Amino acid sequence: MVKMILTGNESAAWGARLSRPKVIAAYPITPQTSIIETIAEFIANGEMDARYIRVESEHSAMAACIAAQNTGVRTFTATSAHGLTLMHELLIWASGARLPIVMSVVNRAMAPPWSVWTDQLDSMAQRDTGWMQIYTENNQEVLDSIIISYKVGEKHHILLPTMVMEDAFILSHTSEPVDVPEQKMVDDFLGEYEPAFKLDPDDPAGFGSLIMPEGPYMEFRYKMALAMDAAREEIRKVSQEFGEVFGRYYPGLVEEYRTEDADAIMLVLGTIGSTAKDVVDRMREKGKKVGLARVRYFRPFPFEEIREIAKKADMLGVVDRSYTFGYGANLYAETKSVLYGHSDVPVKNYVMGLGGRDITPEIVEKVFDDMLKIAREGQVDREIEWVGLHGDERWS
Amino acid sequence: MLPGHTACLGCGATIAMRYVLKALGKNTILSIPACCWAVIPGVYPHRTLDVPLLYTAFEVTGAAISGIREALNALGKEDVNVVGFAGDGGTADIGLQALSGAVERGHNIFYIMYDNEAYMNTGIQRSGSTPMGAWTTTTPGGKKRMYKWEPKKSVAEIMVAHNIPYVATATIAYPEDLIAKIKKAKEIKGPKFIQILSPCPTGWRHSPDKTVEISRLAVQTNMFPLYEVVNGTYRITVKPKNPKPIKEYLRLQGRFRHLTDEEIEMIQREVDKRWKELLKKERCSNED
Repeated sequence: MVKMILTGNESAAWGARLSRPKVIAAYPITPQTSIIETIAEFIANGEMDARYIRVESEHSAMAACIAAQNTGVRTFTATSAHGLTLMHELLIWASGARLPIVMSVVNRAMAPPWSVWTDQLDSMAQRDTGWMQIYTENNQEVLDSIIISYKVGEKHHILLPTMVMEDAFILSHTSEPVDVPEQKMVDDFLGEYEPAFKLDPDDPAGFGSLIMPEGPYMEFRYKMALAMDAAREEIRKVSQEFGEVFGRYYPGLVEEYRTEDADAIMLVLGTIGSTAKDVVDRMREKGKKVGLARVRYFRPFPFEEIREIAKKADMLGVVDRSYTFGYGANLYAETKSVLYGHSDVPVKNYVMGLGGRDITPEIVEKVFDDMLKIAREGQVDREIEWVGLHGDERWS
Repeated sequence: MLPGHTACLGCGATIAMRYVLKALGKNTILSIPACCWAVIPGVYPHRTLDVPLLYTAFEVTGAAISGIREALNALGKEDVNVVGFAGDGGTADIGLQALSGAVERGHNIFYIMYDNEAYMNTGIQRSGSTPMGAWTTTTPGGKKRMYKWEPKKSVAEIMVAHNIPYVATATIAYPEDLIAKIKKAKEIKGPKFIQILSPCPTGWRHSPDKTVEISRLAVQTNMFPLYEVVNGTYRITVKPKNPKPIKEYLRLQGRFRHLTDEEIEMIQREVDKRWKELLKKERCSNED
């Protein structure tokens, strides 16, 4: 194992390199671009053996990955925001075709107005595409999650693609020390890619043909649903195996931090987690009993873990770095949904940090204080609150 | 091809597929987007094509065959033919970007555009490849004579502008010419584009037994000249000695029934102009 100073994007490129995909199809978009630039350099220097297709759009990037993976090789791509949403049609195609593609997604705000900074609407809008989704907290987790995602997705009872998210700039362009595993260890951990099916002139088959309503379309979708459900256990298992080999144990679908005996627990996705952990420590020192649950996997959704977390506190505050126009953001809506009939704990949605607005320890502490007040009073003042809007004295 | 396809009676695109596969052989992988040929092979689990087949989204044929090609190369299977087989809508319109990207990148691929001159699978809507003057369901005429008055988009010429090694046009009434072009393309490494005019009795409003005759008349009237462009050098492969008036081609098809003599004259002028341009290109590109 070698310690390197890597940005999140370089970590993603290393995660891809170590997983040995044979085909990369890529198109540039800020803030993802340095992933595919780093991979191009690896290939140009003979350090990585992969075919690199410099496609003319992200839509074609995903189409080329689908076709290549269906031909029997491991593939990788990376994108952000508009690139990800341009892929939308083919994201559904990739999962429906049961191809365990792995893609890095650098979470970036959607225009208008133009913003290249972090915001999770881009990947939240892909919630229903049938991809597994993991939101990472640091560069080490970015690298490791790519390797783990191939291992989980390629299991023949799973066969689903995964997107590995990093928050724009906070991870993508920030350097941290990262342990880069030795190639041999990753090779042994992942093994050769064994496709469950492939395009092969010696064994001709058709993939994706027309199905009538009385045909097995619904059964194919049901099998996908079962696979996504089975992925929960597989993620826990592979995370454990990964820990045994590489010494870094990831806590399955949700990472809990000081949740035991907490009065209020905050649920977050992505890098807000590390800020919040720091705030939890400070507040604990002052005797304020707060805890954190960092939801790593949003798909499959960790309903069992969240029901257990709800038992530990008098109040849950759900932070979303995106919004679902209509009612409540995604993590909040799904949290409430899985708690219905299982818990009466008050839940409040805090919408924060859209378009890359900084989420500081100070503002997180104020949110925790608001949560503790609700925990004491036993009911929420309002279900959804936008935190830190211009002119809002409450949070400044 | 195996028996049991689900195409309409007299479908030109089905004949086109048969000739293409005859010329390429079994060591071939096909990719087909949304188009008539997404339906013709049959409903799951039936399949009339005895080669591996990847169905794809409408606009991605160019990207899909790029992915298949590079994956095969990574696996050391460089001898397998990789063929995109797409309609005119999926090629001239929605798939043009992916096609342009794929051929510009120089992958060793075949792209076959079977040109039935409208969105036939969705029920005869105008495409960029619909010829001037044609009726379609989105150019239905009406009181305002809203037919397709714009000239047909020349995808073959767009491909020539990409400086790729092989571009050709073909049609099913000239099978030797068609098969010879596919076989020639097979010997060339790099992107190969072949546009096959494929009459559609359902959409062109002609009797199914006229498919071959209409295909032949398209060439004999210069409506659809047969030529190939090898590394930029043009060669017209079928040169009608005395081109027939386009009226002979138009009158067999209900989609042109409404045309007045003046309108036919206008289309004739367009056809003559394009033919002269093609002769010039042949002459110029063969000069030293």
